[in-house]
Amino acid sequence: MTLILSRSYLAEQAKIFEYAILVLLSTTGMMVLISAGDLIMLYLGLELMSLALYVVAASNRDNAKSTEAGLKYFVLGALSSGMLLYGASMVYGFTGTVNFAGIAAEAKTGNIGLVFGLVFLLAGLCFKVSAVPFHMWTPDVYEGAPTPVTAFFASAPKVAALAVFTRVALTAFPGIMMQWQQIVVFVSLASMVLGSFAAIGQTNIKRLMAYSSIGHMGFALVGLAAGTQEGAQGVLVYIAIYVAMTLGSFAIILTMKRNGQPLESISDFAGLSRTNPAVAFFFAMFLFSLAGVPPLAGFFGKFYVFMAAIKSGLFVLAVVGVLASVVGAFYYLRIVKLMYFDEPTGALDPMRVELRTVLAVTGVFNILFFVYPAPLVSAASLAAKSLF
Amino acid sequence: MSGSVMTWPILSVTTFLPTLGAALIYLLARGRDEAADRNAKWIALWATIATFAVSLIMVARYDGANAGFQFVEKAPWLAATINYHMGVDGISFPFVILTTALMPFCILCSWKSVSKRVPEYMMAFLVLETLMIGTFSALDLVLFYLFFEGGLIPMFLIIGIWGGPRRVYASFKFFLYTFLGSVLMLLAIMALYWQAGTTDIPTLMQTTMPRSLQMWAWLAFFASFAVKMPMWPVHTWLPDAHVEAPTAGSVVLAAIMLKMGGYGFLRFSLPMFPDASLYFAPMVWTLSAIAIVYTSLVALMQEDIKKLIAYSSVAHMGYVTMGIFAGTQQGVAGAVFQMISHGIVSGALFLCVGVAYDRMHTREIAAYGGLVNRMPIYALLFMVFTMANVGLPGTSGFVGEFLTLLGTFKVSIPTATVACAGVILSAAYALWLFRKVVFGDLTKPALMGIKDMTAREGLLLVPLAVLTILFGVYPKPVLDMSAASVDLVVKNYAAATAAVKAAALLH
Repeated sequence: MTLILSRSYLAEQAKIFEYAILVLLSTTGMMVLISAGDLIMLYLGLELMSLALYVVAASNRDNAKSTEAGLKYFVLGALSSGMLLYGASMVYGFTGTVNFAGIAAEAKTGNIGLVFGLVFLLAGLCFKVSAVPFHMWTPDVYEGAPTPVTAFFASAPKVAALAVFTRVALTAFPGIMMQWQQIVVFVSLASMVLGSFAAIGQTNIKRLMAYSSIGHMGFALVGLAAGTQEGAQGVLVYIAIYVAMTLGSFAIILTMKRNGQPLESISDFAGLSRTNPAVAFFFAMFLFSLAGVPPLAGFFGKFYVFMAAIKSGLFVLAVVGVLASVVGAFYYLRIVKLMYFDEPTGALDPMRVELRTVLAVTGVFNILFFVYPAPLVSAASLAAKSLF
Repeated sequence: MSGSVMTWPILSVTTFLPTLGAALIYLLARGRDEAADRNAKWIALWATIATFAVSLIMVARYDGANAGFQFVEKAPWLAATINYHMGVDGISFPFVILTTALMPFCILCSWKSVSKRVPEYMMAFLVLETLMIGTFSALDLVLFYLFFEGGLIPMFLIIGIWGGPRRVYASFKFFLYTFLGSVLMLLAIMALYWQAGTTDIPTLMQTTMPRSLQMWAWLAFFASFAVKMPMWPVHTWLPDAHVEAPTAGSVVLAAIMLKMGGYGFLRFSLPMFPDASLYFAPMVWTLSAIAIVYTSLVALMQEDIKKLIAYSSVAHMGYVTMGIFAGTQQGVAGAVFQMISHGIVSGALFLCVGVAYDRMHTREIAAYGGLVNRMPIYALLFMVFTMANVGLPGTSGFVGEFLTLLGTFKVSIPTATVACAGVILSAAYALWLFRKVVFGDLTKPALMGIKDMTAREGLLLVPLAVLTILFGVYPKPVLDMSAASVDLVVKNYAAATAAVKAAALLH
């Protein structure tokens, strides 16, 4: 179940001493969160993760944007934590237990108070995975936070939150699946559509990745919406692949530096295939993969979640989902176009060794996943079985 | 199966040999100097020739009387039910040969005309070749989809990097159009998986689907293949892509990638969804007839040579769809033959345009005229292909058009009648083009010094011209190769739809 990849390379870039500790603390929170078996542990893990993240987001304290990002994240995050806690207490009130298994045993009847609690609980979780309509913080925080932090934000907490989302929905509330399925279907639809359309107009690569991540959370939730074992397997495969793609992409965004100044505008990618062919090639492959074009890894993620959706008869969701992925392909292609079809604007600084390593590992995973997909798929299948 | 005589996975070797070539280019032809470019070209040429040689071994071993799949390979891949399953039959094998045979020409015709980023260009084409062969030989729907869609990436880059002035627009249009069609097919593939518990194509062909699923799945597959084909009214990406793509890109698009649509109809729509095919056949006939007449008329009005040929491709594909959904033996056999013939002829026509373009750097019809005075050999070869495009008896174009019309006539006389008008129109635009470009007086000053074809260009066009005439006079090799499988498809289709027809008569 622990799908978190080690992220030690991030710590190397820290300018301040606390940074590494905070990242590790937050990672601990995620571990707790993922392995949580009751609501108290879930809340503890979530808060440990989030509190550390609030600080990390604002860690570049001389920068107004970074501070703003941290503050925004904190205020909204605290609100969502409050909602989650409120929901948890309602669930406790109506079932008399905080244990997932206990709740599942009690929640067969589906009384209205329990559903209210569930709604609040899911709202809190949706905030953490940045799904529509709780996505507002994502673009600002992604843009404002220092890029290594954004890379961290985009990967680990999403995995943890999505994993726990799946666990709560499937192990604690299987009895009232009809109710939460509606919510998840809506959230997933809205995230896919908004993520795809809103990303088109972006000029900052980090904001674009933020909208892209909103869209991807929507795709992952398609699997959960199916509410079946295949669906859970799909979610797990999806997030594992998503993390690889995102980390690789951010490794590239981190290398986008000219004379020591980081470049964040999409137009800075122009002509990258001339100045830096290897990076451009990998980035193009990540973008095609994010768009879901086979034979790259991203396709298999989408394949499994939509497969589950079709099995559960969620045809509308699946059709809207694939259409959104076509819209999404447009803005990914725009970056490929800049890199490959346009003239370069200037040379970049050389790439650092640790970034090269990350890029190589994730890139090779991305391109060659189709050769031997069995390990990840069967691991996800095992994990999904354990939820039922 | 001929499995007993096979000791090595010949089909996989054919499929992945080009990718190996691409990897070699990546490793050996680094840098941006002359030497790297030259190495890349030679590696690419040898890789494609080697692939063709291997595919010729397959031709020697191929058993034309066997209607089933041959050279079958199966290995576990994605999950217990989704396998790496490859094989060819009489419907797919001609396309595999077409692909392997045409790729060396594509590499050769780019020899001089591509000068920037040559190693990348060659790699893109080699990867594309793998994906195209894979599309035709995959026997698992997911694997098929992988190859089918994967082809978009190299083609997008080929149009976008090495294309003409409006390459960005054309490449985006190409990618998004085809991607949109294909994702719907992906959903249908999943629905089939849950219905039958497998994505194995031979198994699915044996499975009888419920009627409602057939309808939806047929429409979803249609969305993908109709765009790829392309059928009117979703053909608009093709003229743009053709015009902007470099010569070799146009050749691949017209000669091979368009055939994926027709192949898809034959491989999936007819055998797996016979009821739906019967139900939707009149719609397809109507669209085909409109495509034949309308795009021929549009072709008459073009000022750009490539655009004219692109529209004529749409018209010719109209015969293919018409023949396939006629569901008769002549129609289907004619459709296969028409696709192969069109692959050779349209590929050759684009090569001809490339020859002229390399000299004049324009594709305006008005910029040419009187080429016959300076380029007699070119004029002769161009004429052969123009006549084949018109469908003159004695060229391969005639056989395909005649058979599809014959097959359609048996089931729908109005469609066949309208389509016949297209034959006349195609003569009109093709002859008009030929007269404008080749005949007339040599008045344009820029054309005064134009040289006839070089040996390399002759090497490109002469074999294709020989094939065009050979298949026109003696079409038996292609027809024999596909006959057994075509008969099987037609027989199964007739059997499956007989029940529906009988039920309709009772009411």
